[in-house]
Amino acid sequence: MFGLDRKDASLLIVVAALTLLAPFILNPFPEGSSLAQFNAGYPDLMQRFVIFGIFAIGFNILFGLTGYLSFGHAAFLGVGSYSAVWMFKLLSMNVIPAIILAVIVSGLFAVVIGYVSLRRSGIYFSILTLAFAQMSFALAYSVLTPITNGETGLQITLNDPRILGVSQTAQGGIPVTNIFGLEMRSTYQLDVGPWLFQFNAGYYLCAAIMLVAFYVAIRIFRSPFGLTLRAVKSNQQRLNYTGMNAKPYTLAAFVISGMYAGLAGGLMASMDPLAGAERMQWTASGEVVLMTILGGAGTLIGPILGAGFIKYFENIFSKINDNVLHGWFSFLPDGLENFIVGILHPFIGKGWHLTLGILFMLVVIFLPGGLVEGGQRIARWMKRGKASKSSQNTNPAE
Amino acid sequence: MSTSNFTRRGVLKTGVVAGAGLALPTIFTASSAAAFTNEPTGSSVTLGFNVPQTGPYADEGLDELRAFELAVQHLNGEGDAGMMNTFSSKALKGNGILGKKVEFVTGDTQTKSDAARASAKSMIEKDKAVMISGGSSSGVAVAVQGLCQEAGVIFMAGLTHSNDTTGKDKKANGFRHFFNAYMSAAALAPVLQKLYGSERAAYHLTADYTWGWTQQASIQAATEALGWKTVNNVLTPLAQTDFSSYIAPVLNSGADVLVLNHYGGNMVNSLTNAVQFGLRDKQVNGKNFEIIVPLYSELMAKGAGANIKGIVGSQNWDWKLQDEGTKAFVKSFGEKYGFPPSQAAQTCYAQTILYADAVERAGSFNPCAVAEALEGFEFDGLGNGATTYRKEDHQCFKDVLVVRGAMTPESEFHLVEIVEVTPMAQVTYDPEHPMFAGGQLGACNPGA
Repeated sequence: MFGLDRKDASLLIVVAALTLLAPFILNPFPEGSSLAQFNAGYPDLMQRFVIFGIFAIGFNILFGLTGYLSFGHAAFLGVGSYSAVWMFKLLSMNVIPAIILAVIVSGLFAVVIGYVSLRRSGIYFSILTLAFAQMSFALAYSVLTPITNGETGLQITLNDPRILGVSQTAQGGIPVTNIFGLEMRSTYQLDVGPWLFQFNAGYYLCAAIMLVAFYVAIRIFRSPFGLTLRAVKSNQQRLNYTGMNAKPYTLAAFVISGMYAGLAGGLMASMDPLAGAERMQWTASGEVVLMTILGGAGTLIGPILGAGFIKYFENIFSKINDNVLHGWFSFLPDGLENFIVGILHPFIGKGWHLTLGILFMLVVIFLPGGLVEGGQRIARWMKRGKASKSSQNTNPAE
Repeated sequence: MSTSNFTRRGVLKTGVVAGAGLALPTIFTASSAAAFTNEPTGSSVTLGFNVPQTGPYADEGLDELRAFELAVQHLNGEGDAGMMNTFSSKALKGNGILGKKVEFVTGDTQTKSDAARASAKSMIEKDKAVMISGGSSSGVAVAVQGLCQEAGVIFMAGLTHSNDTTGKDKKANGFRHFFNAYMSAAALAPVLQKLYGSERAAYHLTADYTWGWTQQASIQAATEALGWKTVNNVLTPLAQTDFSSYIAPVLNSGADVLVLNHYGGNMVNSLTNAVQFGLRDKQVNGKNFEIIVPLYSELMAKGAGANIKGIVGSQNWDWKLQDEGTKAFVKSFGEKYGFPPSQAAQTCYAQTILYADAVERAGSFNPCAVAEALEGFEFDGLGNGATTYRKEDHQCFKDVLVVRGAMTPESEFHLVEIVEVTPMAQVTYDPEHPMFAGGQLGACNPGA
């Protein structure tokens, strides 16, 4: 199907099913129950899942295939966001031109940065990309304030000169982002008994784009081009000796990956028209590295899992506070309750970084292949449980 | 057809059909009929408190959270009701808001606009919060205020001091109780003239975002009106922790006053660096070198320790004020937490009470009704004396305190002494003042 072999096609179908049914899957607990805290099926977070999924898929094309570890990928995300918001300010609130411009501008940006950075490899490449990203961050943060509005972030205002469309709505509000009239924020709410499921237009747009991005990534992984990139990863010197110039290939991978990041940035701005400089900071670049490694570098689905995992922690764990904990453990005697809450306190709320750090360490130590390896181990273990078939050897995609 | 052939597809299909069947009757009763975003339908109402729990303003954020918790307790009729007793409006009865029990959710803004918007969005979309409050950074406040305007909920700004929050970035759904940079400058100028004369050369270090810019501009305008000169203005990144490299050039710049347009952890670090460089013992142009911190707080004074002694600044409120509202608030806050509240805590407490009161008076949670009840509202008894919520820009007008670091603090809570209470009239400005012009409130947005 679509030029994919059976295994890849079924993977694509599974991912498609998961993203389309996400509003159900992510909201397993009824509203109002004490576990509703763990529900993640609200539009903003679902959008973030798929947008960062795109970002991580793109990063994986570079890192997973060529082994070049870019530490400055957030720069493309930021550039994409700024271009999209400027498109909203100047042209139209339709997201299509914004997303297209975001991809183009970040692609151009990637050509420039990639051309310079790819002259070196290994740690030097990482440092170069990091330097470029920090430079872009500093520029966006203070030097280019007229374009980026500095730390405050670029926002849409009531007096933007929009060529196609109005500066403000008839009610005197700021127009909202839409795709040919369908507002990105419009949400259809479905009540099923105590459950509430939210179907958001913006989410489904992002999900559709992510599926396309995922499909393209599969094709790249399985193409001769992808094979060349893998060759770069396993031994670039040998590749050079065979008479092959690896540079155009790595540059192409870098630009594709930068365009993916720009696409993610453009989508972020389309869902919420604000672009802040901190999107380009090195912590944001580090985050996508974490996502990819956590999920499983070089695998197809890994980066998406990793992105979901990290965003889930950031948004759900950071909102658990002591009050919530007291609510959960209120059945215990007072002393014990306070003791347990006291022990858990550093790991929740503002301590979510700590929890995530511990989990990241555990994954890296025990599952070097990331969450994908965890899944494979479970699958193997279940198979062994059923019938002792010959152990199926799973190869990571590199 | 008695063979039970459970294929995965079959099960899924049946499941979907059954689910749709179950859901069908409820579609028509779904909340699509709501008149505004997150209309509370049950027996409780949720408020969202979005404060920085990490980053340079974390201390302020945690104190704000304490105040929010206290306010919610008082609204629900627990505790001693604090400033609800002294508040001039008597609409609140201590049975929640409009009889609905008040619940709240918290989030971490990380002092970043992006994270703050994500957190506020999850409060609105997931927890169905009908009002968002908090924030200790004007950049964040402006970003979240914009979000609340789009989503159709009320934003009660916490600690935000930039002129822009109720100036060029003002929004119909956003309200600010805290004072602003212009008011600080207007209150400080006469005191600075009295203390340091009118022949001074000032060097500004400024936090590089909306608050820093507007405060620097305000102070520069006010001091230049006194006859001071401005030698230089250097912008420093918000995330900076070591300011040595910014302080060193001050020594040879010919300036005799250093203005630190920094707040929170930034200010603690920059002041400490400045004192370590011996700036305060220097003589320049035959005058003692002076440091000014236009926006001040007890929390910062605590962080800066002995370095704060004698340094002049301004505050929105201080727990040592002697009016009834302040006394009641300090008493209930102190009993619950064991120390006096900061100005950040006071403004957040006041904002929560003001919101609840406005809902009670409007008889509805509809943001447009609430906004109407708040606009032009005159009140007293929340610690700042007589106060007005101006209709034109949703800014509160009240007295401003000029304070100074205590030379011999009698305890760790008496680090700041009040020099002067500047009356409201002196800090009031026209809504179209050039420093505030360029924005529009727009129309109030009730959402859905």
